[in-house]
Amino acid sequence: MTASGQKTETALEVDRLVKRFGDLTAVDGVSLTVRAGECLGLLGPNGAGKSTLIRSMVGRVIEDSGRVMVMGQAAGSTEARMALGWVPQELSIYPRISCKENLGAFGRYYGLKGQALKDAIAWCLHWAALEDKQGDVAKTLSGGMKRRLNMAAGMMHRPKVVLFDEPTVGVDPQSRNRIFEMIEALRDAGTAIVYTTHYMEEAERLCDRIAIIDHGRIIAEGTKEELVEGTFGRRSQVLARLAGDKDAIEAWAKRHGGRVTEETVEFTIEQAGEIAPLLDDATKAGLELVDVSLRRPNLESVFLHLTGRELRD
Amino acid sequence: MIALKRDRGAMVLSFVLPLAFFSIFAVIFGGEHDSTPRVTLIVVDQDKSEGSENLIRALEQDGSLWVHRSPVTKKGAPSGPQYTPATAEAAVKAGDAPVALIIPEGFGQHPIAFGRDESGSTLQLLNDQSDAIAPQIVVGLLQKAAITSMPSAMADEGMKYADKYVGGFTPAQKAKMDEDLDLLRKEEASGKIGTGSGSNSATAGIVAVNERAVVGENKKSPMISFYAAAIGVMFLMFTASGSAGALLDEAESGTLERVLSTRVTMTKLMAGKLVFNTGLAFVQLVAMFLWGWAVFKLDFFSHLPGFAVMGLCTAFAVAAFGMLLASLCHTRAQLGALSTLVILIMSSVGGSMFPRFLMPEAMQKAGLLTINAWAIDGFTKVFWRDLPVTELWPQVAVLLGVGVVLFAIARRVARRWEYA
Repeated sequence: MTASGQKTETALEVDRLVKRFGDLTAVDGVSLTVRAGECLGLLGPNGAGKSTLIRSMVGRVIEDSGRVMVMGQAAGSTEARMALGWVPQELSIYPRISCKENLGAFGRYYGLKGQALKDAIAWCLHWAALEDKQGDVAKTLSGGMKRRLNMAAGMMHRPKVVLFDEPTVGVDPQSRNRIFEMIEALRDAGTAIVYTTHYMEEAERLCDRIAIIDHGRIIAEGTKEELVEGTFGRRSQVLARLAGDKDAIEAWAKRHGGRVTEETVEFTIEQAGEIAPLLDDATKAGLELVDVSLRRPNLESVFLHLTGRELRD
Repeated sequence: MIALKRDRGAMVLSFVLPLAFFSIFAVIFGGEHDSTPRVTLIVVDQDKSEGSENLIRALEQDGSLWVHRSPVTKKGAPSGPQYTPATAEAAVKAGDAPVALIIPEGFGQHPIAFGRDESGSTLQLLNDQSDAIAPQIVVGLLQKAAITSMPSAMADEGMKYADKYVGGFTPAQKAKMDEDLDLLRKEEASGKIGTGSGSNSATAGIVAVNERAVVGENKKSPMISFYAAAIGVMFLMFTASGSAGALLDEAESGTLERVLSTRVTMTKLMAGKLVFNTGLAFVQLVAMFLWGWAVFKLDFFSHLPGFAVMGLCTAFAVAAFGMLLASLCHTRAQLGALSTLVILIMSSVGGSMFPRFLMPEAMQKAGLLTINAWAIDGFTKVFWRDLPVTELWPQVAVLLGVGVVLFAIARRVARRWEYA
């Protein structure tokens, strides 16, 4: 039981999941759990394996090994499908029919009919704030409204577990905020949520725990604070960009315990006073300083430190 | 269905276009007129004898010919001087008529010769080679007109041959023959005989024939039901493949994958689409035949049971065909190209564009590999031959069987969308 009194049953469990497409291992031994009322973020760049992992949870991908259980049922089973809602990254709605008709169609796909269907449509329209647009044909809606309709279509059967695959792609800030509110409402109502994104700020706002995924593997998992402290401790991160001989840059980074990552050199320091000696040495080595920044580490810092790449690559 | 109702363009293509095509074919081929169109014939009479005039009149009275002795205006009225051999040839070359007949001077003296006889006249026929049928019709009608319009000339010539081969008649016999020939010529002149009688009368000849229709005696517009079915099936196929293409749209947009993550399986999804497309196809057929009833007086309501059976079986087969085409393709563009190619080939071989009985035997057999042929045969049995529903069993069995097999193949091919 959590402090807020919510149940802590395991809603979703992934156990050593492996999926290959030819020579490419898209998911490489991923294990994770999500509890009821919890939002787990999957943070990783494009091509990390987030969508394949999500589709495995939905049952659309047959795993090579491992298993996925939704509310104790195998993924892909009828019980699992009825317990799971999926909001895909693509706008998977019918463009030539209205919002209400779209929701009606997806409700029927989940076996709803009669009054139950009508009630579900009404709830979803309200949740997605599309009540005044219910008669509008889907293709005439704004991008943000289409995204909300896309989300609502996955909620018609009031699932206990919902998978959101980058639901805010291409959405304006106002609509994005509205989407965040919708997801927070779900989480507060006890729904288990998996939320994939490559935007750090989204993960920081919505997610109770975050799993960092890269090349099909979970490379770190925990709350934001756990991830940062686990990676950096109480140290701060220094990022410097220099111009000059590459070998000289690498040698300079090595002397001071730093790491060259693409166009920047990363250091961690205990105190700000450690910066000056670094820069003096760079000057003596004939390197020109282009840019230097000092920051408290965040998720992006964690990702950069663990993978050597920017989150938005 | 909702999307179709809102898409006016698609509704027009699904319903109005087939009716328009059907109407065109029905007007051309299905009206209450002889199945053989009239041939325009230019005639040049260089002989200007009683014999040549009789022959020309016999040709004019035949219902298969439009005979022109001089150029005609757009309204069909004669204008200008009569054709000469040169102007007749020019007219055929210009496409005014496919055939021109030149009756030479001296024809009336020796109009007819049995076998090769240098004393007989030779008519000249000028023709346009692109129309292979017109000269054959004219030559046939010429022989008929000669036999029926010049009985005295026939008798006279016959006597001469008899005289030659029996070794010569006696003077008394010749006098008697001349007297009888004069009598015959008088009756000819009075119009009692040798009228060359009118259109399609098979009694106008030396062999008496009695014609009785055993099929379609009381039917008007024999080809209306044929083209309602023929055109209908072709357009049904286009609509079915287009409608089934919604599967490709869903696959492309990701909606299909989402639907398959619900309680709906691929089999249920495709079966549902098959049922919808069957219903849509049947409604199209109903619209086609109702149009035939309303505009072209097709006897629809007295053939309802047969229509219902054939309509549903045809709609089912066509819907399954559309689903298979959609399953085989990866994009709408591919489906458009493939369906156009396959449907046009099937429709031409299967009899949707012109009747299979006009085709060579090998092509007629090839037509049996198409849905079109079986559907058209079934509707022909219902509407033209008035056969009972039980006689439709071969067509029903084939169409239902084809539908099941095509759907099974489509379902198998669609497995590529089920799982990764």
